[in-house]
Amino acid sequence: MVELRPGARFQSTVCTTEVIVVKGTGPAELSCGGAPMAAAGSAERSGEPSADASEGTLLGKRYGDPDETIEVLCTKAGPGSLALGDVPLTVKVTKPLPASD
Amino acid sequence: MNVMMLLEMAATAMSDRVAVGPLDGGLTGDRLMGDAAALAGRLRASKAEHLVLCDEPGAVLPVSLFGAAWAGVPYVPINYRLADDDLRRLAERTAPALAVVDPSGAERLAEVDGLEIVERNALSDDPAGGAQPADLSDWPMDPDAAAVLLYTSGTSGPPKAALLRHRHLVSYVFGTVEFASAGPDEAHIMAVPPYHIASVAAQLSQVYSGRRIVPLPKFDPDSWIDLVLSQGVTHAMLVPTMLARIVDALDRRGEALESVRFVSYGGGKSHRAVVERALELFPAAGFSHAYGLTETSSTVCVMGPDDHRRWADSDDPDEQARLSSAGRPLPGVEISVRRDDGTEAETGTAGEIWVRGEQVAGEYAEGGSTLDDDGWFRTRDSGHTDDAGYLWVHGRNDDIIIRGGENMSPGEIEDVLLTHPAVVDAAAFGVPSREWGEEVAVCVITRSPAPAADDLRELVRARLRSSRVPARVEFVDELPYNDTGKLLRRELRQRFASDSPGG
Repeated sequence: MVELRPGARFQSTVCTTEVIVVKGTGPAELSCGGAPMAAAGSAERSGEPSADASEGTLLGKRYGDPDETIEVLCTKAGPGSLALGDVPLTVKVTKPLPASD
Repeated sequence: MNVMMLLEMAATAMSDRVAVGPLDGGLTGDRLMGDAAALAGRLRASKAEHLVLCDEPGAVLPVSLFGAAWAGVPYVPINYRLADDDLRRLAERTAPALAVVDPSGAERLAEVDGLEIVERNALSDDPAGGAQPADLSDWPMDPDAAAVLLYTSGTSGPPKAALLRHRHLVSYVFGTVEFASAGPDEAHIMAVPPYHIASVAAQLSQVYSGRRIVPLPKFDPDSWIDLVLSQGVTHAMLVPTMLARIVDALDRRGEALESVRFVSYGGGKSHRAVVERALELFPAAGFSHAYGLTETSSTVCVMGPDDHRRWADSDDPDEQARLSSAGRPLPGVEISVRRDDGTEAETGTAGEIWVRGEQVAGEYAEGGSTLDDDGWFRTRDSGHTDDAGYLWVHGRNDDIIIRGGENMSPGEIEDVLLTHPAVVDAAAFGVPSREWGEEVAVCVITRSPAPAADDLRELVRARLRSSRVPARVEFVDELPYNDTGKLLRRELRQRFASDSPGG
């Protein structure tokens, strides 16, 4: 279990994936590659993503759950895939904003 | 969080793409990363607590911004146009610091204690300056660390430094820009001065989206147009005075700019006539109008190209009026318009604009946070919203004219005057009146045949309430703007106060 808040950063414990929370607060079962994620920089990596959670993450993509309770942004890509509890997180397609600068 | 995350991601995904400068010989993502690491190593080896930038737009800007972030010291761009004494006084406040300067800055700042001076060409040739470059990913991740200090021009006393923390700037970029979303052919012309928040926001946004930055060192409309043509520029951000001058120059040259796909304007009041002419002179461009402040990490409201087209084509006058609005808040940003007593103003009623959101800093290096307990920032701008959430910005609260207890927005009066075909520019402001406390005065720049003062009064009377009719109409050759395009109504207020009957 990790504590979500916007700006909090988490790392996979089984691959190179890192994410930053864009939306969502409170305790959450955030996992990557089938293993619980840890606060960024707090854990060593060991093992490999499990076979059913190895579709990978893509740099700069936003991931969310179907209920839209959380959104994380991938800041480092890796071979593991993200989930909230039992629910896989999927790439969110957002309507692009007009550039303002 | 650290803005270096943005560059690291971009350099990972787009290492060979030019991030800043010409396609041939500019800094690639990799090279920008390397130069930032070298400068960070140099900063760490020194005792510098700030990275001061005193230069025009150029490739040293992103190297300095990211190098400072990597080393964990704030990036402090200062106004190279200041008088020597003011510039030195400002620089003294940043010591001990490393100052990246243009050749004249090296002389002007030579005497300041605690300042290590690096001339910009020397920095480009050898950013490490003999020090060991910083290690990859070795930047502080404290989201609350100070990222940027921007000195605002105070009306009294020394300038204040608005403080933006890493979390404000990173939130702004994550909230508004899609990573690596720019095509490889896209290029952004960076003409706003480095000490303006728009320059900081543009650097971060372009790097993160993968859009090449093409810096223009000294703005004049012809150099701007020439650089757009020679570099195939696709994106531009302009303050209103720049846009107006470019439109005039294009008209004079009989040219249109086909390569430009996107123009964003903001940072002051724009004239409808200029925007309408610009739409013709940039035939392929979508236009965005943005509203934001230094203290809010730039843009908080935006009206995008779709809105521009939709409201321009509408037959409904209320919808058409949205063309002069600043659009709607960005996702994650809240706007509240409040009366003097702090309660929420009704839709359509003017009040003071308050802003809340992750990107809103509202803090000064000297005075600390000005956010209220619920995180709201008071902008000191006056405005109103409509029932669809569009925001109109009327101007600074200090510029509001109070006549006989009635608050009047100068912007509203100026907008009406500018609909007269012979009025080129207009400023409305209050002057003292024995009878009313204040009365409306206007300064107008006209082309011939110039209208009579009474024609302009009649125009205002027909469109607005009679209380808005200017008691005083002055025909002038010039209006005072600051160098980022803000109309300085308070200067007119002071200039004309003394010879007004009530003054």
